[in-house]
Amino acid sequence: MTLLKVENLSVDFPTPDGLVSAVHETSFEISAGETLAIVGESGSGKTVTNLALMGLIPSRTANISGSAKFESHDGPIDLISMDRNELRKYRGKDIAMIFQDPMSSLHPFYTIGDQIIEAHQIHNKVDIKVSKARAIELLELVGIQGADTRIKAFPHQFSGGMRQRVMIAMALVNNPLLLIADEPTTALDVTVQAQIIKLLADLQQEFKMAMILITHDMGVVAGAADRVNVMYAGRIVESANVRDLYANPLMPYTQGLLASVPRMDRPHTNRLSAIPGQPPSMIALPTGCSFNPRCTRKSEVGDSKCETQMPDLTPRGNGHLSRCFIGEGA
Amino acid sequence: MFAYISRRLSVSLLILLTVSFAVYVIFAFLPFDPAALTCGKNCNDPGIIEANRHRLGYDLPFFTQYFLFLKGLFLGRSFGEGAAMINCPAPSLGYSFQQHACVTNLIGEALPVTFSLAIGAIVMWLALGIGLGILAARFRGRIVDQLSTIFVLIGTSLPTFLTGLLLMVFVVIRWHLIPFPSGNYTPFLENPFEWAQILFLPWLTLAFAYAALYTRFVRSSVIDTSNEDYIRTARAKGLSESVILGKHTLRAALAPIATMAGLDFAGLLGGAILTESVFNLPGLGRLAISAVVKYDLPIIVATTLLAAFIVVIMNLIVDILYAYIDPRVRVA
Repeated sequence: MTLLKVENLSVDFPTPDGLVSAVHETSFEISAGETLAIVGESGSGKTVTNLALMGLIPSRTANISGSAKFESHDGPIDLISMDRNELRKYRGKDIAMIFQDPMSSLHPFYTIGDQIIEAHQIHNKVDIKVSKARAIELLELVGIQGADTRIKAFPHQFSGGMRQRVMIAMALVNNPLLLIADEPTTALDVTVQAQIIKLLADLQQEFKMAMILITHDMGVVAGAADRVNVMYAGRIVESANVRDLYANPLMPYTQGLLASVPRMDRPHTNRLSAIPGQPPSMIALPTGCSFNPRCTRKSEVGDSKCETQMPDLTPRGNGHLSRCFIGEGA
Repeated sequence: MFAYISRRLSVSLLILLTVSFAVYVIFAFLPFDPAALTCGKNCNDPGIIEANRHRLGYDLPFFTQYFLFLKGLFLGRSFGEGAAMINCPAPSLGYSFQQHACVTNLIGEALPVTFSLAIGAIVMWLALGIGLGILAARFRGRIVDQLSTIFVLIGTSLPTFLTGLLLMVFVVIRWHLIPFPSGNYTPFLENPFEWAQILFLPWLTLAFAYAALYTRFVRSSVIDTSNEDYIRTARAKGLSESVILGKHTLRAALAPIATMAGLDFAGLLGGAILTESVFNLPGLGRLAISAVVKYDLPIIVATTLLAAFIVVIMNLIVDILYAYIDPRVRVA
C-alpha cells in the first residue's frame, strides 16, 4: 500500500539575490513499513523536501507547489495543499520527525518527561497519568535504564546518544505511520551511530511504520534502507532499491558518492577518491545537467549535450531510475 | 542549594567588607578636614574644630576609626560625652553634623521614597518593555515592529531629566491628562492614592528609558529563541503557535531578563539621582547628591555602602532565581 505519494514538489525561496530553487519538481513514493533513504550533499534539498512535507517551512518565506498524498488514520490527505492549522493535527501524530542535533533539539528548561508527555497530550484527550505511563513505556523501549526516575531528568543530564533516544521516544509516542529521521546519527559518535540505527530499525519493525532516512552517510544507507533516492541540487538524480544502487550505480554522481566511501574489502590505494569541484550555487545553477561541471564522464555523451539539456529521470528497468544521458534508451 | 546559598552569602559579606574599607580609605585620605567641615563656612575657631574632632572620633588612628565604624554598625555608637552626648543606635552609619542627625535615620527616611519610585517604575517598564518586545518579535518587519523601533530610539536617546520635564509640561500642564502632583511625597501607608498620584510621573519618566532598552532586548531574545532547534521540535510535535510562544519560546527568551531586571532594580535603589532631582523627591539619590555638594562625608560613606550592599544582595537573589528558572545552572 502506498503511504505517501509526492508529486512535482517544488520549494523556492525568494532571496535578495534571486530565487533559490531548493527542491525542483520532485516525485517519489513510499509504501507502508518501507524505509526510503534520501542521500546527497549538504544543500541538495534533502531536508527542505521533508520540512515541506511536515509543513515546517513558514509559508511567507517560500513558494511551495506540488502535492503529497498521505494515507492518514483518518483517510487520505494532501500535506502540501492542506490548511496549516489542519495539518498540525497530523504533525507529531501520523507523521513524526527526529532531527540531526539531539543536543539542541530538546528544550533545556523542561524535563524529558514533561516534553514527551506534552507530545502525547496534544493528540490524545487522556489523563496526564496515562501520558506519563506511555512516556515511561517509550523510554524503556528506546533503552533508557530506570525510565520511571529518569523521566524527571533534564536534557543536559543525558549524553548525546541518550538524548537522541529521548527524541525517538518522543517521536514514537503517538504510533506514527511515518517517521522522518533527518540525519539522526550525524552528530553522534561512531559507536553510538550504529546503536541508534539498529534501534530505529528494530522500532520500525515493532511499530510497523514507514521511515524516511535523510543522510549523507552511504554506510548507514546500506544497512538500513529498502530504497534510495539520490538528490543533487534540488533534484532526484537516481532512485533504486538499495541492492541495485550499490551493485550498479548509473548516474556518475552516485558513482562518485559510492567511490568516496572508504572500503576495507578493496585493495589499498593511496588516496580516497573524491568528487571534484563544489556543489553549485543554488541561485545560478549551471545550464544543462546541474552536475555537468563536476562530471568526469560527460565526454561519453558528446555534442555538449550535458551542458545544454537537463536529462529526464528515466526508468532503466527493475524500478531503477536515473537522470543521465549515459545509458539512456540502451 | 543550602550550601550554595551560604557559600554565596559568605562571599557577599567579604565583598561588603572590602567595599566598606575602600570607601573608608577614600573618606579618610580626602584633602578635607571632616572636623573643620562640621562647623560651618566661616568657622575659624580652632577650639570648636578640635572639640568636634574629638567628639566624632576623627582624632583617633585610622584603623581605630574604621573599627569603631564597623562596631557601630552592629552595636550602635555614641559621640561625645555628658549632656551633649549624641547616641546613634545600631546599625549606626555615623552622625551628620551638618544635618544634626544620625545617618541611619536620614537613610531610613530616604530609602522608602527611592524604593517606592523604583518598584513602580520597574513594574511599568517590565510590562511595557516585555509586552512591546514580544509583539515586535512576533510581527517582525510589520507596523508594530516599526513603531516599537521608533519608541526604542526615542526612549534610549532622551535623557531622563528631559523626559521628566517634557512629561510635566505636556501631560500635566498643557493637556491636563493627570492632575498636577501637588504636595510632597506621601508614604504609601498614609495615603496610597496620593502616594501613587505624586509618583506617577517619576515612574513614567524612569520607565520610559528602561522600557525602551527592554523592548529591544526582549525583541532580539524572542527572535533568537524562535530560531532554536527545540522550537522546531515543539512545532514538529503539532503544538499551536500560541503554545509554542507562550510555553516554549518565552520561558527561554525571558530568563536573561530576570538577571537584567534584578540588577537594574538594584541600581535604581542606590538612588535615581536625576529623576529624584527633577521631581523633588526626598530619596537616596538626592540625599547623596546634597551630601556630595556639602562634603557631608558620613552620608557619602553610608550611601555608597548602602548602594554596594543592595547590588550585592540583588546579585545573590538574581542568581538564586536564575537557578530556579534554568535547570542547567542548578547545583546538585
